Amino acid sequence: MIDDSLVQPGDAVHPGKPVIVDRYGPGARINHWITATSLILLALSGLALFHPSLFFLTALFGGGQVTRTIHPWIGVVLFISFFVFFFQLWRANLWVRNDFVWLSRFTDIIKQNEDRLPELGKYNAGQKFIFWSMTGLILVLIVSGIGIWDQYFGEATAIETKRYAMLVHAIAAVLIICVFILHVYAGIWTRGTLRAMTRGSVTGGWAWRHHRKWLRALASQRKAGPAE
Amino acid sequence: MMDSPRTAISNPPVQPMESNLTERDLVRRSATSSLPPPERQLTPVAKLIDVSKCIGCKACQSACVEWNDTDPAVGENVGYYTNPNDLTPDMFTLMRFTEWVNPETDNLEWLIRKDGCMHCADPGCLKACPAPGAIVQYSNGIVDFVHENCIGCGYCVKGCPFNIPRISKVDHKAYKCTLCSDRVAVGQGPACAKACPTKAIVFGTKEDMKKHAEERITDLKSRGYKNAGLYDPPGVNGTHVMYVLHHNDKPHIYADLPDNPHISRVVETWKGVTKYVGLAFMGLAAAGSVLHGVIGKPNRVSEEDEEHAEKLVERNGRGAG
Amino acid sequence: MTNSWTDIKNTDLVVVMGGNAAEAHPCGFKWVTEAKANRGARLIVVDPRYTRTASVSDFYAPIRQGTDIAFLSGVIKYCIDNDKVQWEYTKNFTNAAYILKEGFAFKDGLFTGYDEAKRDYDKASWDYETGDDGFAVVDMSLQHPRCVWNMLKQHVAIYTPEFVERVCGTPKDKFLKICSMIAECSSPTKTMTSMYALGWTQHSSGSQNIRTMAMLQLILGNIGVRGGGMNALRGHSNIQGLTDVGLMSNLIPGYMNIATDKEPDFKTYMTTRQFKPLRPGQTSYWQNYGKFFVSFQKAMWGDTARKENDWAYDYLPKLDVPAYDVLRMFEMMNAGQVNGYFCQGFNPILSFPNRGKITSALSKLKFLVTMDPLETETSRFWENHGEYNQVDPKSIQTEVFQLPTTCFAEEEGALVNSGRWLQWHWPGGSPPGEAKHDTWIMGQIFTRMRELYRKEGGAFPDPILNLSWDYKEPEEPDPEELARELNGRALTDLTDPTDATKIVVPAGKQVLNFSQLRDDGTTMCACWVYSGCFNEAGNNMARRDNNDPGDTGAYLNWTFAWPLNRRTLYNRASCDLNGKPWDPSRKIIEWDGAKWSGFDVPDIAPNAKPQDVGPFIMNQEGASRLFTRGLMRDGPFPVHYEPFETPVANPLNPKIRGNPTTRVFQSDVAQLGTSDEFPYAATSYRLTEHFHFWTKHNRVNAALQPEFFVEISEELAKEKGVAPGGWVRVWSKRGSVKAKAVVTKRIRPLICDGKPVHVVGIPLHWGFVGATKKGWGPNSLSPFLGDANTDTPEFKAFLVNIESTSAPGAVA
Repeated sequence: MIDDSLVQPGDAVHPGKPVIVDRYGPGARINHWITATSLILLALSGLALFHPSLFFLTALFGGGQVTRTIHPWIGVVLFISFFVFFFQLWRANLWVRNDFVWLSRFTDIIKQNEDRLPELGKYNAGQKFIFWSMTGLILVLIVSGIGIWDQYFGEATAIETKRYAMLVHAIAAVLIICVFILHVYAGIWTRGTLRAMTRGSVTGGWAWRHHRKWLRALASQRKAGPAE
Repeated sequence: MMDSPRTAISNPPVQPMESNLTERDLVRRSATSSLPPPERQLTPVAKLIDVSKCIGCKACQSACVEWNDTDPAVGENVGYYTNPNDLTPDMFTLMRFTEWVNPETDNLEWLIRKDGCMHCADPGCLKACPAPGAIVQYSNGIVDFVHENCIGCGYCVKGCPFNIPRISKVDHKAYKCTLCSDRVAVGQGPACAKACPTKAIVFGTKEDMKKHAEERITDLKSRGYKNAGLYDPPGVNGTHVMYVLHHNDKPHIYADLPDNPHISRVVETWKGVTKYVGLAFMGLAAAGSVLHGVIGKPNRVSEEDEEHAEKLVERNGRGAG
Repeated sequence: MTNSWTDIKNTDLVVVMGGNAAEAHPCGFKWVTEAKANRGARLIVVDPRYTRTASVSDFYAPIRQGTDIAFLSGVIKYCIDNDKVQWEYTKNFTNAAYILKEGFAFKDGLFTGYDEAKRDYDKASWDYETGDDGFAVVDMSLQHPRCVWNMLKQHVAIYTPEFVERVCGTPKDKFLKICSMIAECSSPTKTMTSMYALGWTQHSSGSQNIRTMAMLQLILGNIGVRGGGMNALRGHSNIQGLTDVGLMSNLIPGYMNIATDKEPDFKTYMTTRQFKPLRPGQTSYWQNYGKFFVSFQKAMWGDTARKENDWAYDYLPKLDVPAYDVLRMFEMMNAGQVNGYFCQGFNPILSFPNRGKITSALSKLKFLVTMDPLETETSRFWENHGEYNQVDPKSIQTEVFQLPTTCFAEEEGALVNSGRWLQWHWPGGSPPGEAKHDTWIMGQIFTRMRELYRKEGGAFPDPILNLSWDYKEPEEPDPEELARELNGRALTDLTDPTDATKIVVPAGKQVLNFSQLRDDGTTMCACWVYSGCFNEAGNNMARRDNNDPGDTGAYLNWTFAWPLNRRTLYNRASCDLNGKPWDPSRKIIEWDGAKWSGFDVPDIAPNAKPQDVGPFIMNQEGASRLFTRGLMRDGPFPVHYEPFETPVANPLNPKIRGNPTTRVFQSDVAQLGTSDEFPYAATSYRLTEHFHFWTKHNRVNAALQPEFFVEISEELAKEKGVAPGGWVRVWSKRGSVKAKAVVTKRIRPLICDGKPVHVVGIPLHWGFVGATKKGWGPNSLSPFLGDANTDTPEFKAFLVNIESTSAPGAVA
């Protein structure tokens, strides 16, 4: 059974040596990098205010006052850019039974026994985890962030609420940074991934190795689709 | 000169003076772990506000505005005497008026409390502050905001158990009562205490103020206020602004003065365990990744993978052609 | 004040009634907190509102405004009934033992001699029996049925606790609790002080409010003693000085009277000013009246005032009416009888009653001159400020000259405080812009006008042309020059009356004090009570020695107190008949067998034997007066009369409206409201955040109390659907205002005559200029009439109605 969600608008294969598979269009890539930049800036500015030993990071932004001012605005940018992403990708990130199978073979993932793993669609369970935890954490961060964005919403919440918001924001930030690290590392460890977000495409081998089901779907779509 | 003034009613010096409160007198400094211990211990000072003597004339508010050269807005009347209606970045102290019917006597009591920074021995604002040196505590007990270091994040607002600091919408810095640190530094008591016509606000060493409070409590007990007492809450290790209350058994009747103030557990968690565990967590994640990157084998796409893909695409392409 | 602010620390009981010391006099109130903290003194507050003074009181009781006489007469009755009287004091130092003439009586709320048409009394029967020796007859046993004491007892008999509760709305148990606290002070070693202000004076029976408390203080033996007295808290920093120097149409400086047109010459004027003692051997100090008067005339007209021309007596204006008080002036102005008005340091359209009438009156002037350091509403009365000042500028032809003056902080001179201290002060800053000292302005106007009179003559230019004006700079007299005039000086060498060879004061030198003034034209003195303030020892008002031997609160070397630097008036009364202090721990002065001495300047001749000379030397009796003979217009004993606008009928005689001797102009009668139309009892007052209409110009004060409001009870708010902080309209027969509503537990409905009386409190600090939000004042609503004796407007008790409304419209 081929799930429609395996293939997304813009995904395509181009025969050749190697085969080139379009994974992300230019819009998505720009958006990704906006999100990524925002997240990095948010992490840096947030960390500066999170622990005294990191306060020096405020210098990157032109001082404490500026850091305090722009952090929430970057948050808004992140929120918007991420959720543009979200609406593009959420269907592809829905959980399917194979994801459990894939996850249950964690050691094979690490040991790169690809053959022992089930064939996957566009995203594996790890990517989905990243996607959904980002989604959840960004929601938590934006809500708690607005609760403590005193410059504009100072009167909107009680101080006790703000205290909880502060704590929740800090914890969520820690978690999202960890997720972010995981995301970045996975992108680097899994060689050939990065080009999906730079050039927008991956090689057919990469798709075969990691998202075979997706590749098959794309290939068959090609067969079923109109002649070029 | 004495290290700390003993009263607020002395006249100002006529010769310029060196400030007696310097960086060397700091016992705490926000977001600073390596503060050298002070070379001397100043005598702890305190302001004692005798609520039973206060007539709510707002001379203290006026003096505070004058001395600190703030410019409070002309607001509106919203149905009571408390004006402005709350502390503001331009009003560091505020008379709060509460009409309370004493259930024991059925008599009305008009409780008038001068609200403002309590100068906690364990200051929640300082604990919460992320900006190094924006909040400092002197060895005489004064907790002061250093505005050039303030980033306006409002963490002090969350840290304060008394809801005191206010962030200016103009310069985005936190403001509150300084206990007139700039006056105390030159041997003068706070402006509010100097202006108070009934000596409801007095100033001196904390020890003297406690003794004075005892006398006042004895007087109040003789007038039937059997629960009269000193408000010097232990939850924040005591304060350098204290109240004599006629009903010390229920501070909350005085415009929600906390019965047992302490730094919020949420704030403690946020500024305590979260800070350390969080940092550790992120550090471990980063370090783990790096380590795995170094010692682990990267997941590379093999030639076979590419060939498989080519074949697959070819197969399907043919089908189509 | 009979005593001083600092003396209040010596008291055992403070009664604040008819005032709100903590709010209106916060700095002076410190002495109450000192007494409480250091002596364990108790504080009682009786007020329609639970005030900020009440917030630090030991006992508070509510009272309906305008019923203080009933309350205090009830306390007097309680003290008499319960034998709580300082008997030795009462018998010897008051006129309790004096026997009244046959024919004097009180019936149906009126004394004998009432003439309804004139609204006045023939006071002939209000006097003592006189013996063959020409002295008043007394019965020291107080047994005579017509002695003052028994007449008083009879007079206060109706003021039972039940009556007080019915009239005043004060719950009986609270009233009795206060009675018992006050009664304790009949002990010679316990004293009570009375602190009052405009809460007593601004009533149609204002003077009698004060008298009733004075009588109570006398029978408790609390006058002349430390921590006692009748202490009027003056509302302006120098209003005491205003009365001292006689800035009223019927006074000349030092509480002497302007002549009336029935006194065409000096001789006639002096016949009613002989002040013969009414008891043998008594000192009647006003017998020196002639010395003070002649010295005053010499100060005014110098060499022109001579024996031959009756000391220029003709130069003084003669009154054709009892007084040209502000109400009469504005009545006349409104009738088109006044051309020009100099308004110096006053803001009539906010401070005089019935603002509509005041605006109408000012509109009929040809010119108005205002002299004030601040913008006043009066100087802009012709400007349309929308609802806040709804006038048509085109229809007003009054030419307004606005002269900016300096304020106290830019001036040198003395301010006289409530305790009669003349405190010299120095300028702390330079005047801004074109502001000039009032003395400069007056000097300029005077010298120019004199020049016009010199050139053009006039009906009677002599008083102007001959006015003594020998200042170094005639265009701007110097404060010290003026102060030296107030003190007085010798015009020729003054010799010792017993030894003509001995010169006491050389010509041209300042007199030591008023004891050196003469009635032969050899001395001048502009205000005899101030004499001693600036003598050859220098400017005594500038002294700043705060040593206080004996810790009595006298501070004799701090500035100068009139008279003679005396801090407690009648202080001889602090000692018994042998001249020993009633309370040795609170000695002021003492008789040592030969003379009086102590911590204060004795208020008696130093060698006057205690058994012989009574302590109240300003009275012909040498004693104080529980019965005032003909000195009060509305009766020798106080009577409770309802305010002119009242929710309750006169309990003694329902036909009497208000005080029967209050002057009421015909044009105002129709503007008096009744309780059917205006059911709520309004009162007015100041707030501690503001000083009259000054501080609304200051942004700090404006922030502390930004907006006009009225205060009502939760019950009335509920009845009228008024939300806290919502807008209400309050109106009377004379005007309407809009205000924010402060709904409070501090005002509660009073049950009077069986029905609830709702009180509406209206503070007075807002107008249409300044830094605060625009607003109104109570004078838009209050009636144009006042006290029977002083014509002080009845600001404290009038009727209004109230309803919920919307915010005032946009300002034009």
